[in-house]
Amino acid sequence: MYRYDEFDHSFVQQRTAQFRDQANRRLKGELTEEEFRPLRLMNGLYLQLHAYMLRVAVPYGTLSSKQMRRLAYIADKWDRGYGHFTTRQNIQYNWIKLEDTADILEALAEVEMHGIQTSGNCIRNVTTDHWAGAAADEIADPRPIGELLRQWSSLHPEFSFLPRKFKIAVTGAPNDRAAVKVHDIGLRLHKNDKGENGWEVMVGGGQGRTPMIAVTVREFLPEIQLIPYIEAIMRVYNLYGRRDNKYKARIKILVHEIGAEKFRSEVESEYARHPAQTTEVDALELARISKYFAMPSLEKQSRFAPHFEDAKFKNKDFARWAKNNLAAHQVDGYTIVNISLKPEGGIPGDATGEQMRVMADLAERYSHDELRVSHAQNIVLPHVKLEDAYTIWQQLLKAELAAANYGLLGDIIACPGLDYCALATARAIPVSQAISRKFADMDTQEKYGPLKINISGCINACGHHHVGHIGILGLDKKGEEYFQITLGGSSGDKASIGSILGPGFAADEVPDAIEKILNTYVSLRQPGEEFLAAYRRVGPQPFKDALYAAA
Amino acid sequence: MPLLKNNNFINDTWNAVGDDDVISEGARVIVSLTRLQRDWDTLARHTGMLGVVIPNNADERALAPYFAQVALVVVNFPAFTDGRSYSQARQLRLDGYRGEIRATGNILPDQLQFMLQVGVDSFEVSERFALEDWQKAALQMQLTYQLGYNRAGVEREVWSQRHQGFAAWEEQPHAG
Repeated sequence: MYRYDEFDHSFVQQRTAQFRDQANRRLKGELTEEEFRPLRLMNGLYLQLHAYMLRVAVPYGTLSSKQMRRLAYIADKWDRGYGHFTTRQNIQYNWIKLEDTADILEALAEVEMHGIQTSGNCIRNVTTDHWAGAAADEIADPRPIGELLRQWSSLHPEFSFLPRKFKIAVTGAPNDRAAVKVHDIGLRLHKNDKGENGWEVMVGGGQGRTPMIAVTVREFLPEIQLIPYIEAIMRVYNLYGRRDNKYKARIKILVHEIGAEKFRSEVESEYARHPAQTTEVDALELARISKYFAMPSLEKQSRFAPHFEDAKFKNKDFARWAKNNLAAHQVDGYTIVNISLKPEGGIPGDATGEQMRVMADLAERYSHDELRVSHAQNIVLPHVKLEDAYTIWQQLLKAELAAANYGLLGDIIACPGLDYCALATARAIPVSQAISRKFADMDTQEKYGPLKINISGCINACGHHHVGHIGILGLDKKGEEYFQITLGGSSGDKASIGSILGPGFAADEVPDAIEKILNTYVSLRQPGEEFLAAYRRVGPQPFKDALYAAA
Repeated sequence: MPLLKNNNFINDTWNAVGDDDVISEGARVIVSLTRLQRDWDTLARHTGMLGVVIPNNADERALAPYFAQVALVVVNFPAFTDGRSYSQARQLRLDGYRGEIRATGNILPDQLQFMLQVGVDSFEVSERFALEDWQKAALQMQLTYQLGYNRAGVEREVWSQRHQGFAAWEEQPHAG
């Protein structure tokens, strides 16, 4: 993985010193809260319902075990012993004091981490496929581009006061696990006949109040033109994006209002007008960064792993976990371990300091010192020998990290909701917990097959409900929470926005409604047909009938 | 309002004039973009220096024909969160404008460095902050990852430094 050189180190240190000064000026009253706000946000510090919240960037989701241990240390020392992994591959701490923040940032800087641009109206942390560099279906590792963009976007002088936040996602695999079509910019790798890499550039996707699927503005952009081309997109957005209404300020609204064709021609004319003077430096820098992301030297393993097979035969629980939580690795004899942070009745994405240390130790011993955070709020060990899987599972079991529900009903995405968030209109976490308890039985979950249930506590859609196969949106009607259900969303390569099924439900009615939907699916599915495919085939009517007809 | 340039407060020698005000000979005047375009035939013969103030939603390309004769462009920040003029200043520099760019409006010391990097030279600042605050703010960071946004002798370009031999852009239009 990437390692800081002297420049990266001094950059983050200077930034930390700058923030310490800003925080001191705020504490002394020299800066008003209004003036301090954009400055603290650009360092990841929010003011939430009960306390400050600090969001720490995990660039493209990649962590070393040393970094994970530091996250555990921060949770124990400055928070209440836990942290929350987010849908943008970051971690946030919900109980932070302003006075401690600079010290925390310093502790992060020591392990090559920071909170730069994890919030504010600027270019946010770049996200990617959580299996990047390991997945069997990958064309190339997207993380070098992720790192190039991380550096390029850090304190960009021109694009730090945009109309609204700006999110970029990158995928190097044909099976999109990074949800690139629901980002402000999505980049997808293609290879041409000559074997050269080029990027499909998609713009204007997003969730929030107005969910939209991104439009392609370039089919195949040569790799070294990425930075100047993205600068052209950013400039068009910075100049013409709406600033009169924060709910219409994302780039998707600009693309929608002027039309994809007009937007594309604006970008192309800006790009042609100010072409990069040179792209040689970009190319050299990308080559330099890419070396850090070479596949670790993996010992040769036989394709057949006898101990692994034997353990599956002897232990049914392990066999189930192996079936659901392991994914195909590029190299024979290796696997990708997905650690579910979704135990029965738990809070999606939460991990205690102790659990973080267990995962860090496992990564150091069995996964070439590497971990990933996934946008579905799970943790990944990317390079594991199949023969080690059983040992890992036993350790996970002791740490209550062995939920075998990866990719199934229990693997719910949920935002922090009204339990923490100042924007929320309803509590997302209790609904998630209730669903996970009702469907705790793993046979039931496997019967329903691959399923994404996503829950947001307000229309800003941080819980990605628009792209959940089943989406749940918490709203407030005259002081009463109620939950709207949408079906048919997906963030995959055939991305789609879910449609609202009908009137909402009270929180305690939601689990039963989900059960009716799923039983309807089971009754009408064709052999082997997954929920999403079945919904796309039959449409909403049978589900509406099941939910509302009797009432 | 104090005028900040090269890290010092200086006297403002420019005067803004309305669209129908008489312009006295030899004066340093700032006119609106509308007047610049409307009265160009007369303004082109003005014996003093000419400046222009542009709203932050103006297309800076409208200024291109006047670059040689305009010595000052004033860009506007109605709120410190409104970042349009960063791109306007940047475009002016990319298009080859070499005169002075001045920022006016609601700006914070902590934004000064970004503005200098996109090519702004001088600032009409509020008296709310002391000169030291502005001076410190201009030098908060000594490194930039972007290419072509550094000030010679102030910030170093990380990527160019890493790959010596490909020096920073020679074209540094604002030698600020």
